[in-house]
Order: sequence, then C-alpha cells, then structure tokens
Amino acid sequence: MPMILRRPGWNRAASYVLLGIAFSYALSIGARALLSYGPLLDGESVLRIALIAVPFFFLIGLGCFTYWFRWAAGAPTVPEDHSGHGAKSWKSYFYPNTDHKVIGIQYVVTSFFFMFVGGLMAMLIRAELAAPGRQFVDSNAYNGLFSVHASLLIFLFIIPVFAGLANFVLPLMIGAPDMAFPRLNALSFWLLPVAGTMMLLSFFAPGGSFASGWTAYATLSNTSPVGQEFFTIGVQFAGASSIATALNFLVTIITMRAPGMSFFRMPLLVWANFSTSLLVVIATPFVAASQFFVLLDRSLGFNFFDSGQGGDVLMYQHVFWFYSHPAVYIMMLPGFGIVSEVLAVKSRKPVFGYRMMAFSLLAIVALGFTVWAHHMFVSGMQTWIRVPMMVTTAIIAVPTGIKIFSWLATMWKGVLKLDTPMLFTMGFLTMFVLGGISGVMLAMIPLTIHVSDTYFIVAHIHYVLFGGSLFTIFAGVYFWFPKMTGRMYDEKLGKLHFWMTFIFFNLTFAPMHVIGVQGMPRRVADYAEQFATWNLLISLAAFGTGISSLIFAYNMVASWRGGPRADANPWRSLTLEWQVSSPPPIFNFDEIPTVVGGPYEYGVPGAVHGVFGGTPATAGPTHDPATTGAPSTPA
Amino acid sequence: MEERRGGRNSRTVVIEMFVLGTIASLAGIALGLAIEWFPEQASTQAGPIDTLWDVLVICSVPIFVGVVLIVVYAALLFRQRPGEESLDGPPIHGNTTIEIVWTALPAILLVVLCVYAYVVMRDIEKAPAQAATPEMKVDVFGEQFAWTFKYAGADGKEVTTTQLYLPQGRSVKFDVHSKDVIHDFWVPAFRMKIDAVPGVTTGYRVTPTKLGAFPVVCAELCGLGHAYMRQTARVLPGAKFDAWLKKETAESNAPADGGGSGATGASGAGDSGKSAGGGDKTASADGKAIFTKGNDNGATACGSCHALADAGSEEGIGPNLDEVLPGQPPTEINASIVDPEAKISAGKPGGVMPGNYKDVLSPAELEAVVTYLADSTKK
Repeated sequence: MPMILRRPGWNRAASYVLLGIAFSYALSIGARALLSYGPLLDGESVLRIALIAVPFFFLIGLGCFTYWFRWAAGAPTVPEDHSGHGAKSWKSYFYPNTDHKVIGIQYVVTSFFFMFVGGLMAMLIRAELAAPGRQFVDSNAYNGLFSVHASLLIFLFIIPVFAGLANFVLPLMIGAPDMAFPRLNALSFWLLPVAGTMMLLSFFAPGGSFASGWTAYATLSNTSPVGQEFFTIGVQFAGASSIATALNFLVTIITMRAPGMSFFRMPLLVWANFSTSLLVVIATPFVAASQFFVLLDRSLGFNFFDSGQGGDVLMYQHVFWFYSHPAVYIMMLPGFGIVSEVLAVKSRKPVFGYRMMAFSLLAIVALGFTVWAHHMFVSGMQTWIRVPMMVTTAIIAVPTGIKIFSWLATMWKGVLKLDTPMLFTMGFLTMFVLGGISGVMLAMIPLTIHVSDTYFIVAHIHYVLFGGSLFTIFAGVYFWFPKMTGRMYDEKLGKLHFWMTFIFFNLTFAPMHVIGVQGMPRRVADYAEQFATWNLLISLAAFGTGISSLIFAYNMVASWRGGPRADANPWRSLTLEWQVSSPPPIFNFDEIPTVVGGPYEYGVPGAVHGVFGGTPATAGPTHDPATTGAPSTPA
Repeated sequence: MEERRGGRNSRTVVIEMFVLGTIASLAGIALGLAIEWFPEQASTQAGPIDTLWDVLVICSVPIFVGVVLIVVYAALLFRQRPGEESLDGPPIHGNTTIEIVWTALPAILLVVLCVYAYVVMRDIEKAPAQAATPEMKVDVFGEQFAWTFKYAGADGKEVTTTQLYLPQGRSVKFDVHSKDVIHDFWVPAFRMKIDAVPGVTTGYRVTPTKLGAFPVVCAELCGLGHAYMRQTARVLPGAKFDAWLKKETAESNAPADGGGSGATGASGAGDSGKSAGGGDKTASADGKAIFTKGNDNGATACGSCHALADAGSEEGIGPNLDEVLPGQPPTEINASIVDPEAKISAGKPGGVMPGNYKDVLSPAELEAVVTYLADSTKK
C-alpha cells in the first residue's frame, strides 16, 4: 500500500470508508447466502450494517485508535513525543489532537456548524408554517425537518458545545496541564461529526429522513422507513461521545486539581460540569438502551414494542425519559456554571451563597432522576405515578430558584460591566425564569392534560433551551473568546447580536404559549385557520432570529481573523485560566499554581485565588470595595 | 473613599421598586386574565382547569416581574460608570437568613399549588354521582389517520361509526384504543386528552355542557397524516342524541355483515355487491359498510376523511367525494384508491391517505367500494 494510505489521516480514512462499505456488502450477502435467505442483496440490511461499521472504519482510518491498537497488540507504542498535542496551523484542527484546548475549539466550532444547520431547518419549518395548508414541503419532509432540527440541536449542539467550552476552560480553571485521558478526549470529539453526518445523511435515505420526532416513540419509530435508523444509530455515537467526555471530566476534576484547590475552592463552572458529568454517566446509557431496543425490533424482530407479541409500548417512553429528562439538566447545568463565572467577574462581587450554589447543583442532579414521568402525564401509564412526579417536578424548582435568587443577589450592589457576555447573562436570568415558570405550570397535572403536545410545550422548551441554554452559550463564547483565540471580539456587533436575539426570540416564542393553550397541537405541517395570524407573525420573527445569528457568525469569524490582540486577563478575573497568556501556552502552565483562596474574592482587599511560584495572581490592581462604609486601606 | 454607589438612599429604592413591582404585577395579572387563552368551555372539566390556569398566572406574574425588576434596577443603579473601570463591589458572600427564606417560601408555595392541582385532578376525573343519569361508554379507536367510535346501540347491539356524537349533560367515559401507532385523543373544548396506545386501554371521562361542534385533534405524532387527523365532536340534546343512536343502530345492523373479508355474508345492500370481473369466487362485499367502517384487516374507513352524502359522512380532511367523483369512470376511482399519491386534488396535501388499500382490501372488497362510490355519486 502506498504510504499515503498507511499513514493515519484523511486519505486513509477515506479508503477505510470504502473498505467499510465493501465489508457491509460482504457481511450482508455472505450471511444471507449462508442462511439461504433470498434475495441475496437486501439494501436495508447492507445499510444497517454500514451505519454501524463504517464509522469505526472511518475513525480507525483517521487514527483515533492507533495508539490503543498497538498497545493491545503488544507492539511497541510510539513514545509520547507530544507531536499530537497543540495546534501548529489551522490544519491541525482537522486531525485527532490530544490537546484539550484544540479539542475544545474543535468541539465548539463543530457544534456551531450544526447549530447553523439545525437553525436553517427551523427557518424552513417556519416558512412552511407561515400559512395554513401546504407551502414548500410535504408531510414527510416536514416531519423529517422538525425531527432532525431537534436531534441536531440537542445531540450535536447544546450538549457538545458545553462539553467543548468546558474542555477548553476546565483544565485551565483547576490548574491542570490537560484532561485526564487526552486520547479518549480526541476520540470523544471525533464521534460527533460521525453522529451529525449520519443524521444529515438520513435525508437521502429511501423514504426520507427519520420523521418520528427526536423522541422517536415506538411504535411509530419501529415501523417507519429506514431513515429512522440514521437516528437510532446516530444517537449511539453521540451518546458514546457524551459518556466518554463525562468520564473524562469526572476523573480530571477529582484527581487533577492544583494543590490547594479543595472542592469548595473550585469555580462554579467546575462544579456545574462535575454535576453534569454525573448525570451523563448515569443517564445516557438509558437512551442508548431505548434506541437499541428500537434497532433490535426493526432489524431482528425482537418485538420489544409489539403489543400483539407481549411487547410494551409504554416501556419505551419510561426508558427514554429516564435519560431525556436528566438530559434537560445536562443541557442546563453547564450554562448555570457559565452564568456564575460571568456574573461574578462582571459584577465585581463574590458569588452570593457559593456553597448553596454548589449544593443546589447536586440537589438538581438527585431530583432530576425522580421527575421523568411528567413527560407522560397523558401517555396512559399507571395514573398514580403522576402524583409523586408532579410533586418532585414542582420541588425541583426550589434549588433552581435558589440559583436564580443568588445570581440576582450577586449583581446587587456590584459594579456591573454591561458588555456582551453580561447582557446575555442578564437576558438568560429573565428568560430562563419564564421557562421555569411555565415548567412549574406544566408540573400541574390537570393543566398538562390540556396543554401537553401543544405549542405551549414548544414555547416552554424553547424558553428553557434557547432563552436558557443558548443565551448562556453565547455568554460563554463571548466571555472566553479572548482566551480561546487570543483576540477580542467586536463589542458593538456583540451588543447588536444580543438585542436582536433577545427581541426576536421573544417575538418568536412568546406567542406560542397563546396558540398552544388555544389548542394548536405541535408537530403539524398544517393547522386550523384560526391560528393563521399568530403563525405568520411567529414565522416573521423567527426569520429575524435567524438573521441575528448571522451577525454572531460574522463577528466571530472576523474577530478571530483580525480582531485586536487580547490581554491575558482582559476581564480582571481571579480564576486560573485568566492568569496565563491568551491563548494559553501549549502545556497550560509553565508552573503549576497553588490555590490559596476562593475563586470569587472580588472586593476583598488583597485576596488571591492562585499563586504562581510565590507571586499572587491578582485581578489587576486591587481597589477599595465600593460601598463599605468603613475606610479600607489599599492592599 | 467614594460616595455610596447607586446614588440614592437604598430605602427609597426598595420602596420605589416595591410600588413599581406591585403596579407591574397587577397590570401583568390583568393582562394574563384578559387574554382569551382557552377555546370555549364545553365540558364540566373545563371550568376547574381554566381556574387552575388563572391561579397559576396570578402566582407567576409577580415572580417574573420581581426578577425582571431586579435585573433592570441592578443595571440602572450599579452599572459601571466612566472612571469606575477598576472598582470592585462590596465582598458580600451570602446571608443565611435570606437564603433560608428564598428556599422555604417557594417550597411552601409549590406544595400548596400541588395540593390544589391534586384536588382539581380528583375533581375532573371522578365518576359521576350515582343518582345522575347513568354514564355512557364510548370506545374510541385511533388508527392512521382517523378516529372511529363504537357505541352500545339502542338495543344493546354495537354501533361503529366515524361520527362522534355526544349527549349534552351526561357523563361520557371514553375507552381509548389504538390499532397501529400511538395517537392522542384530544378535544380542546373539553380540555381532556389521553394517548391511544397499542395494547393498552386508556381513557378519560367528560360531561359535555355545550351544544355544538368541536374539533377532535390528534395530539401525538402518528406519521404522515398526523396534522390532518382532525374530526369533529357534536354535542346534541339528550333526546336528539338518543334518536341519532337509534337510527345508527338500525342502519348499522341492517346489512348482514359490516366488514370482514367478504367471504362470509352476502350483501344485503342493493346498490352494491356487483360481482367482480372474472372468476370471482367470494361473495361480493358491502361497499358502503367498508366505506363507513373499514374492515378487520386494517383498512381505514373512507368516511373518516371523505364527505359522501349517501354514507352520511361530513368530514373534510380529504376531498369531498360528492364534488370530485361525479364524472369519473370506475377505473379512475379504483386507481385513486390503490395509489392515492398519483393524483392529488387541488389544494390538498399529498401523503395523507393511507397507501395500503391495495393490500388490506381484498379484490372483491375493492371492487365493491369502487362500485358503491361510482353508483352513489352518479348524477
């Protein structure tokens, strides 16, 4: 074989993909010949094998497994020369890399790519819904659009973009040189484009893409065309990526904190990702299981969900939601972490009630596992289960409320720098409260009987995931942009982006509460005439939201290429990631810091968080706390 | 040392915020109660649910107003002004009392709301008192993409129909079933819904209070035609309903065999049942029965979606057959049933009508339906 096909990389990956396709044909035809099934060539069978096998061929070709294979085979492993560490040019981002900072950027950029694709689908959905009747797409394409829209934005955007931000920031925050398992980290990332590509390719499947929603309820999902399996199998890759990353975070946080960084000296972003990772490792296997059931039903006739054969249709929903409710917190807790960081720095005050903030995260983790069946109030499950689930669902608002109130108290009396990250954080506070309120309403069984499966739910989920998660993601991206790229973003464009997003977001999703309660079901390509006016307004506002995201894209690209150079610590932050250069040196710290105090001691004269070789890391010159009555001496 | 930031006496600020918050909350609540959120109330269940909503709105508005007010005031009072670029806020780390308060108060409020919601739930789901008129049972069957309804007829015989008629003021218990995937039987005007789940009988009860026609909506994604799975519930005065049921009972039991494969009974309906082309061994099927009820092999009743005066169906999801069929030769009707996507009526979306009629109808049944349609729409 020529050298170019033997060296790990894209050429080998491409040739291995062809090999994988050949393998899928061979296995399918061979097995069918052996078992004398006719006809020998069965397209669906080949496709099914290919969906599972080809990604592995691709990843092996790219070199994600090279080290482990050599090690497992007893061959001499390549001595770690850190050649796969750090980016040498932009090309390095297209190869497996073990540097958490490179992986973090790979994650964030890939996730945002899928955000724009998923967002584009939202535009198509709104174009179809602009008027009753059929506009652009037929029912099949429409059902496919909203299914892929949700799947991409959940599994390929919100969950991984948080993992990406944390990948970059978290090791720096705890004073670690990298993540605990750098090669696993690289593999986790490369599973994502595999999952995302698979979901997008489903549009080319015979019978169209998967069209049973991101919830993929049986029995619709195990009787629909083969496009469904692009979801069923794609989720396995996205889920495996999630689980591996979460394990990585847990081990990193538990074992690699700098000397002196006790758990209660960790920044809240670290706490948030610790909690999230616990949720991920416990819950994600359940969604994997639910999709394996569907796959086995579809491909091998297991009858898990065929009620005529002793199957249990409702079991799918229990298993699915046992992951997918905690998944809502997987998509929210890292955002809580970002908000705590941004608010403390931009308000120049310690986070109010730090310990309660940490404990409330853990309370949400625990309670998050006790509420799943509130998605099933009208599913026909045992009726008594609804009552305890209603109570736990309402009570989970208490730790969430503690966080909201503590953030408000953190801002109060601070010195608020109202720049883009702060604006998005404050936008988050107001919008997430609305999402939380409609969440409490939805806990109330009698109301849910009426509004479940309506646009009220659509409004609620978007206030939580857009007004909640996405606002924190924007805040985090703007906040750490200088650290990640070494450049400053354009503040004017950032603010324009915020105000456009904030206004159009509300115009888009607030009216959905109204049409939902009035009786418009969700997931419909056509609707009754009475909802026409609202839907037209919603569609117009949605296009505005879409345009606002283009401002963001332009700002990011232009600033990354030609923005002014960023200082090491432009925000005067105390946490460790800001104590190194922007972007950070290849191994993060020339000298591992010693942590001597809390991460948010703003306004405390002379307070420091980390010490480098005896030099305190300070947030610039220290100053008098603002509103203390007693005179204080400058440190 | 600088002056107190925020520029104003904090007591004044708190009073101002309190007054403003109260005014904004009252305005918000007034708006929240003024908006016509719900469709009309057509059942005894609707009232308690709508009241619960009002209570939730009243509790929610002040919380939202409070949070927004604090965020806005913080931005106005405490924003960084020129010259304050290196200033820090006061090092306040927390306050145990206030943290206990904002843990306990929401918890108490939430528990109270849960208790109230539980009472409402018991209220809307309880069986009617014994003294009232006996509860009526209706079996609801969901299938892609239509609802059919089974009543206990006037003389104890079963009546299956695609029309949902209900008596005013009498409690109705729906037993909900599914023939294929999960659907959801929802009448927004009644406020109640439940999934139709294969292999499970689910249900709820309502007492219709208002005469009129109300949309029946499928609320659970069930496939291509999900958006079009809409029918109508009609509430009649008790006497009129009894008359309707009696008429349906008579009609439905007049033909010897409603559905079936057509192998068992000879058709009693005069205008259908011409024998199929050549070498037809089975007795002819009843085209009208298949049109109104479907068959046991999984064929959806045509009348669930198509209006046809002769069969008494009034639904409008698919094309009105009284309008589109006259003038069509039987071969064309046959083609439209076997392959619905080949020719789509103007203004109708494709992909809705089941494409499985060629599989689930026997040749004799298909022939019978075509003949029935051709005959009944002949001008």
